[in-house]
This record gives sequence, structure tokens and C-alpha cells, in this order.
Amino acid sequence: MNLLDIRNLSIELKTKTGVILAIDRVSLTMKEGEVRGLVGESGSGKSILAQAIMGVLDDRWQVHADRFHWRNIDLLSLTHQQQKDIISQDVAMIFQEPMACLDPSTTVGEQLEEAVPDHQLTGFFWQKNKQRKLAVINLLHKVGIKNHTKCYRSYPHQLTEAFCQRVMIAIALAKKPLLLIADEPTAAMETTNQGQIFRLLASLNQLKNMSILLISHDLENVTHWTNNITVMYSGQFVEAGTTEQIFNTPYHPYTQALLESSPKANIELPPKSRLTTLPGSIPVLQHLPIGCRLGPRCPRAQKICVQAPKTTNYHGHQVNCHYPLKEIY
Amino acid sequence: MPTLLQVTDLSKNYKDKNYWFNHKVHRALEPISFTLDAHQTLAIVGEIGSGKSTLAKLLVGAEKATTGKIQLNGQLLTKDNFKQRCQHIRMIFQDSGTTLNPSLTIAQLLEEPLLLNTDLNAHERTLLIRSTLQQVGLLADHMTFYPHMFSGGQKQRISLARAIILQPQVVILDEALASLDPSLRAQMINLLLDLQQKMGLAYVLISHNLGIVRHFSDNIMVLNDGQVIESGKTQAVLKNPQHQYTRKLLMSQFFRIKH
Repeated sequence: MNLLDIRNLSIELKTKTGVILAIDRVSLTMKEGEVRGLVGESGSGKSILAQAIMGVLDDRWQVHADRFHWRNIDLLSLTHQQQKDIISQDVAMIFQEPMACLDPSTTVGEQLEEAVPDHQLTGFFWQKNKQRKLAVINLLHKVGIKNHTKCYRSYPHQLTEAFCQRVMIAIALAKKPLLLIADEPTAAMETTNQGQIFRLLASLNQLKNMSILLISHDLENVTHWTNNITVMYSGQFVEAGTTEQIFNTPYHPYTQALLESSPKANIELPPKSRLTTLPGSIPVLQHLPIGCRLGPRCPRAQKICVQAPKTTNYHGHQVNCHYPLKEIY
Repeated sequence: MPTLLQVTDLSKNYKDKNYWFNHKVHRALEPISFTLDAHQTLAIVGEIGSGKSTLAKLLVGAEKATTGKIQLNGQLLTKDNFKQRCQHIRMIFQDSGTTLNPSLTIAQLLEEPLLLNTDLNAHERTLLIRSTLQQVGLLADHMTFYPHMFSGGQKQRISLARAIILQPQVVILDEALASLDPSLRAQMINLLLDLQQKMGLAYVLISHNLGIVRHFSDNIMVLNDGQVIESGKTQAVLKNPQHQYTRKLLMSQFFRIKH
């Protein structure tokens, strides 16, 4: 069963000078127990998309979609409050800078206690405090923190970045979510700590069958941990498929450029040789090109690319390009 | 001909001043020695607290070394001769957005090192700024812009321009490529390699992305707790790591490519 099914989601930003189409018809499906990577460079709208799923965008942003289903419930037909109730019950999110997201003035234990929902506690009111504390300790054990008393009493600044991220994950797990959205959970973290966090997420996925949407700006970092990958560029959908399809036979020129530009992915590349890159830089939101937004930077762009391409599906490998690289494989 | 940069027994201790009588000493960097030639890149890898940033600060002169000496072209670099050091050893930082003064235009930013270190007149300075901007792939029109008008990749180029405007011999890249997007990072790597070929620059690359280290550097030095654990040619070390710690570091990154 599809957990999340989004078709042609568009997000508009209302500004003084007019309406900007920040996200242009992006589709995303999540199955139960799936780990999906959402990859795009900065300004590709991946964080906005995640916030739109969570329903936490403010009034300046307008979200339209052809279909927005959560476990076969049509969220678009519900009121805003009902949407929020459903989503906040089953979806949790963790953020980029764990230290900045935790409250610096209260202990980690208190913040965790706050996150434990009341309906999980059974018993009379005099037992609840103890149960709550026990639930918090269990949560800390789940995310691999063994010394729970010390962690419970410490403030966020006393813990390392990786520990803070573990606490964030523990807070997210308190509600027992079905989907965890991880918005660049390991940005600005050491590689050994990155590995720990990814391994923790992978084990949660395996043991609890929790789906994870892993948002990252770096394709090479997430490939080991994901089943499927969706690539975005400048608010447009680029390519989606299994990790092997994306990594071994990318159909879109942008995905190919991303892979070729990473020295880690091409191990045969001779040292100190030039890397192949796309010319120019990512367009800013105020000056988006028409049609395919990769157009001005794309090596394969032709006249027709000023019109937005339609998504084509080759055995589950979706690509959004007029001239996909299908023939060369 | 002497080697470009020769470092002998360089070390750094930090004193903990909270104790009056028995001073506690924190050894950030054990004595290390290495040499670096022109056209070469030395990569320094290690975790947080391994002393790699301390080494960068010592080389560039932001911290005073406890022991040891640094020789540039056979000449000893002294603690107080900032002019000599500022000209020949330059540094690029990780977050280019916060290292550029937001209230100065690009022309003013790039003019500062020239005013402090050279005696060029106004016209010569403008010409030099113009040609340096072109070298890093920006336009002369960008001189009147302020830093906030640029994207992240362009800001990193401006930091690079500020580093190379004095025709240095050594450039230190302290995680300079870490915060960039992949496609911009590749552009930046290409630019740095081009400049190395043209100007004969020597780089000291501090990075934890071993893919970039493998591609970019000739020699590698692995630090842990201020000690050099392993050093040698990058290809040899990465292919056949001797120390347990190096192997762990490789494992934490490289297994992801082998499908």
C-alpha cells in the first residue's frame, strides 16, 4: 500500500512583484518500509516540499496538487485542521542542525518527556510521571544512548552534534511515526558520526518498518542507504527510480552530470584530471528559466526545451526530459 | 634549490589557565615535520580534534607555535614578520559567506590585502583586481557588487581571488570545498587545479571527503590526536592503508561506492 502518494504538486510563493512557481509539478510516492532519497542542490525546493508534506508552510505559500493521499485518505478534501491532525499523528521530521533545533534552556530529558504523547501512558495519574520517565529512557536506549541518566540531565550544549541528532530522532520516535522525514540529518557532521546516524536510521527502518524520506544535497552520500531516489533540480522533478537505476544508468543529463562531477563515484578517474561539470550555477528563484529549468546549463538542450517536458516512465524509472539518455546504454 | 615549504618539529600546546600551580597542558599537535614542493598538494585528513585546523593556523601565522620552525624557500618564517607570511601563505576558509565583510564591495575587499602588503598605486591595484577576478571566472563588472549579491559558489571564488591576488606560493584550503553543492564543487576543483598548473601553487588541503583527497592531492597525512599516524603518496596510502585508524576512516566512506 502506498503510504504517501503525491501527484503534480505545485507550490507558489506570493510576492509583491507577482507569483513565483517555486515547485513545479513534482510527484512523489512512498511505500511502507521504503527508504527514499530526495536529492537536489541548494535551492531545488526539497526542504519546501518536505515542509509542504508536514503542512507547516505559512500563508505566503500556496500548495496545489492533483492528488495528495496519505494512506488512501484524500488530504485535499479535508480542512486544514484535519490534515494537520492526521499528518502530525503519523509523520515526524528531523532537521539539519540538531543543536539549533533543541531548546537550549531546558534539559534533554524534559524535552523528551514533553514529546511522549499522553495516550501512550496507561494507569492512574500518580503513576504517569514514572511511566513517562520510563518511556523516555526506553526511547534513549532505542537510539543507542546507553548512559541515559547523564544524557537525561544534560543540556543540548553539553552534548556533541551526533548525540543531539540522536536525541532529535528519539523525540521524533516518541509518537511512533510511520514516516520519518530526515532533512539533511548529517550536514556539517564528521564522517564517522554520519555513518552512525545513517546506521541508526537504517536499523529503525529494518526493525520497525518505518519509512524514511532522506533529504540530501549530495547524491554520493545517500546511495548506500536508500532503496529509491528522487532527484530534483530548481523546483522541478528530474528523475526517480531505484538506487541502482539512478546510479548505474542515469537517464537525465543532470543526474549524469551530478554523478560525473563527484570524484568519489568515479573511482577510475585519473587523479588531477578535469572533472566534467555543468557550466553556470543554479538559477535564483526570481529569475527562473521557462520550460525545463536545466535548459541554459544542459549540454543536450535543443529548441523544444523551452517547453516543460512530460514525465516518461521506463519500467518504474521515471525521467522528465525531452532527450533522455536512454539510447546510450 | 631548497624546497618550497619545509616544516620541522612543529608543535602546539595549549595551557589550561584554571590551575595556578600545576599547569595542565593540552597538546593539540605533537611535533611534526613535512615538506611541500611547488605544484604539489598535501592533504591532511583526520577527525575533529585531531589537530588539522591547528596545523593550518600555525602555518598561516594565526597562532604561535610552541616548538619547531617553518622555512619557506629556505628562509625561516619568524613570528613577527607578518608581511612576509601574509604574502606567501594564504588561506581560504570553510564558510565563505561569513568571511567576506558584508559592508565592503568586492573591489574594496580585494584592495585590502594590496594596500597592506604592496605599494602599488590606485590604477595598478584596479588592474590587478580586474585580472584576478577574470582568473577565477568572474567578471570585472563584479567589482562594484556586495558579497550578498553572489551565490555560494561565487563567494567561494571571491575568497579564492582574495587568496591569490598577492601571488602566493602556498594556499591553505581549510574545508573550503565542504559546504559547496556538488556541481559547484567540481567547478571549484577544476579551477583550483588550473591555477595550480598556471601559477605553480602548492596547496595544503584539509578535508574529510576522501574522494576529493584522492582526486586532488599528491601526498597525504593522516592525523589523530595531534599525531601523524600515516603519511606518504596518496595513491599508495589509500590503496594499502597500514594503520587501523586509516582503515576505519576509509571504511566509513568508501564502502558506499562498491555496489
